[in-house]
Amino acid sequence: MEWVQQIINGISLGSIYALIALGYTMVYGIIKLINFAHGDVFMVGSFIGFYSITAWGLGFFPALLLSMVACAAFGVLIERIAYKRLRNATRIAALITAIGVSLLIEYGVIYVRGAQPEAYPDVVPNISFNLFGAQISSQSILILSVSVILMIILQLIVHKTKIGKAMRAVSHDVDAAKLMGINVDNTISATFAIGSALAGAAGVIFGVYYTKIEPLMGVIPGLKAFVAAVLGGIGIIPGAMVGGLVLGVVETVVSGLGFSLWRDAAAFIILILILIFRPSGIFGKNTREKV
Amino acid sequence: MLKVEQLDVYYGNIQALKGISLEVNEGEIVTLIGANGAGKSTLLKTLSGLIKPKAGLINYLDSSISGKPAQSIVKAGISHVPEGRRVFSNMTVVENLELGAYLRKDAKEIRKDFEKVYELFPRLYERRKQLSGTLSGGEQQMLAMGRAIMAKPKLLLLDEPSMGLAPLMVKTIFQIIEEINREGTTILLVEQNANVALSIADRGYVIETGRVVVSGPAAELQASEQIKLAYLGGI
Repeated sequence: MEWVQQIINGISLGSIYALIALGYTMVYGIIKLINFAHGDVFMVGSFIGFYSITAWGLGFFPALLLSMVACAAFGVLIERIAYKRLRNATRIAALITAIGVSLLIEYGVIYVRGAQPEAYPDVVPNISFNLFGAQISSQSILILSVSVILMIILQLIVHKTKIGKAMRAVSHDVDAAKLMGINVDNTISATFAIGSALAGAAGVIFGVYYTKIEPLMGVIPGLKAFVAAVLGGIGIIPGAMVGGLVLGVVETVVSGLGFSLWRDAAAFIILILILIFRPSGIFGKNTREKV
Repeated sequence: MLKVEQLDVYYGNIQALKGISLEVNEGEIVTLIGANGAGKSTLLKTLSGLIKPKAGLINYLDSSISGKPAQSIVKAGISHVPEGRRVFSNMTVVENLELGAYLRKDAKEIRKDFEKVYELFPRLYERRKQLSGTLSGGEQQMLAMGRAIMAKPKLLLLDEPSMGLAPLMVKTIFQIIEEINREGTTILLVEQNANVALSIADRGYVIETGRVVVSGPAAELQASEQIKLAYLGGI
């Protein structure tokens, strides 16, 4: 029964990874950039949630929403200022810029508020109850349901709305998308907005679940989410979701087996294995072009 | 309808179009023929706003569209069916057609145009729920054309619609091009298959290394010895 509990913990952790990984994968899908500043958007989102709960007394859901909106704007700002002018530059230039933006955000936040960690306030009642003998906390349930709902909304946006179709069109073929009359710049901004909003949500959820936040908290989850995105197949949205969940479960299982020090190593071993044996990821396939 | 004057286009330092001038009148089928690398596709891409010209004029319906972004050119009524179809292979036929109507807001008219496209290309209706990547080359060409028609263009730019298709499919596609033209859409057709292109066109331009070398009524071009030798396989 302890296993059921471990799996549930893993899925909770995994859904946080998945939310972050979605932003990586969407941005990669559309401009082929690994946005290494994405983990820091997650951190900023977590702090926005923290301050809106502690300073303004907001509840969990308003704080979540506020953090998502602010992160969406923040993501668009980053894209417009740092990445847009590099659209035709080499990929390595954009990548280095992304690392620069990441450091700027991390140390910018430290400069503004200091490096000390904060304890996330208890906004969600933490009641444990028994399910088939496993202890399940109300927080796990909340994290799971919020993540699932956000992913469903994302799927609806991507598949049913005009902007979602434009996003898929641009990520498939920029020139052909232009010929449809799609405004590519706006579509890319929308992608950053949605991806960053999801990272903001993940930040708040992370804060509630793990209770401690600090300005460099985005680094490791950001890298893990990147691994999750690659695991699922970078650029593929369902891949990021599955990759995140798999990674979360693997990590908790490794911990549960008594190798908790190996948790982080497990994630990166997965990255190395996937890059060696299946670089296109679980959902990736080699696309053939018909002439 | 469309008037191009002294158009210069560069790829970096390489000049792809060297002072091209041409004209398309309303209701016509005009064809551009020429060998690989002559600059035909570059010209179409410049017309549809994918490439910015360095110099020259592009006037469409009496206003300049030179250097405007692609979306305002689509809005003005020019649709471009690119070389190699470029369908969104990860989306269904219906989704591709919907994207063709991306800038339009007249839901009722869009529904009518769906019907029109399905009438022109019954094959697309049969396959409307299929991912477009699973279509054959000819069907993808149909889809690319149908998608362009969904934008309700006044001027349709077609780049190598016969490329890689079986002769029978080429015939079908060209019959449909004529039909689209009869229904009132002006057509600028780029082709390497000069014979077929000239057989449906009103007028033609022959392009060599970025310049127009010969132009005239299609029948005249088809009869000219020089063009027969260079482009029509010397028959």
